[in-house]
Amino acid sequence: MIELRFILEGGDFDRAGTASSETKKILKQLNIDPRVIKHTVVALYEAEVNIAAHAYRGEVTITVSDHQIVAVLKDEGPGIADIKRAMLEGFSTASPKVREMGFGAGMGLPNMKKNADVLEVESTPGSGTTVKMIFDF
Amino acid sequence: MKVSELVKELDLVVFSGAEGLKREITGGYVSDLLSDVMGNSTEGDVWITLQTHRNVVAIASLKELACVLLVSSLAPEQNTAEHSNKEGIPVLGTTLSTFEIAGLLYQKIKSAK
Repeated sequence: MIELRFILEGGDFDRAGTASSETKKILKQLNIDPRVIKHTVVALYEAEVNIAAHAYRGEVTITVSDHQIVAVLKDEGPGIADIKRAMLEGFSTASPKVREMGFGAGMGLPNMKKNADVLEVESTPGSGTTVKMIFDF
Repeated sequence: MKVSELVKELDLVVFSGAEGLKREITGGYVSDLLSDVMGNSTEGDVWITLQTHRNVVAIASLKELACVLLVSSLAPEQNTAEHSNKEGIPVLGTTLSTFEIAGLLYQKIKSAK
């Protein structure tokens, strides 16, 4: 079993994607099915960007075992008031600056749902959000 | 078709990532929404966009796209070019608009198949 940890800062778009990129390298070295790697990378990148766009700081833990990859992204931030609504394609609360960069189109969580075998979102408004994704292989 | 051949045929500027000019092109994708590209582009695509920031290269690298093609005389930001050199993903440029360059790219890819 392999565990990877990354620290993310809210607002830091320059570093967004680092955890995904490092994880991709490790998964390739482990000879994981390329399709599983692709799904993991898409979902993980979206989750990273969400922390950069919405949270103050966050921590990513990736665990790779014999049959699955588990990604847990725990952030300190404003939380999500209405998770059901946040899951809707096209719904976004991103700032105008984030939207100008081409993010915040309301496709992040739907992309995560499409690519992960399991997606769990737990949030406490005013405190933070924890996203757990499982990828089976 | 290799990225280097496309550069010659469509008279494109190579801003950075020249190491990746040997990458093979198998298709194209046109979008300025990053999650759209993340979710729907395919490995080997030429990504036509007007976004010039660093995350464009991050996505292109994660999705193993052939290259990024900036339209309307746009140039990459400095850290975009640096990241492109590091990842070996070419960032190219054209004076043409998205509509025009997409049309030309489509013809090239179609005739190469």
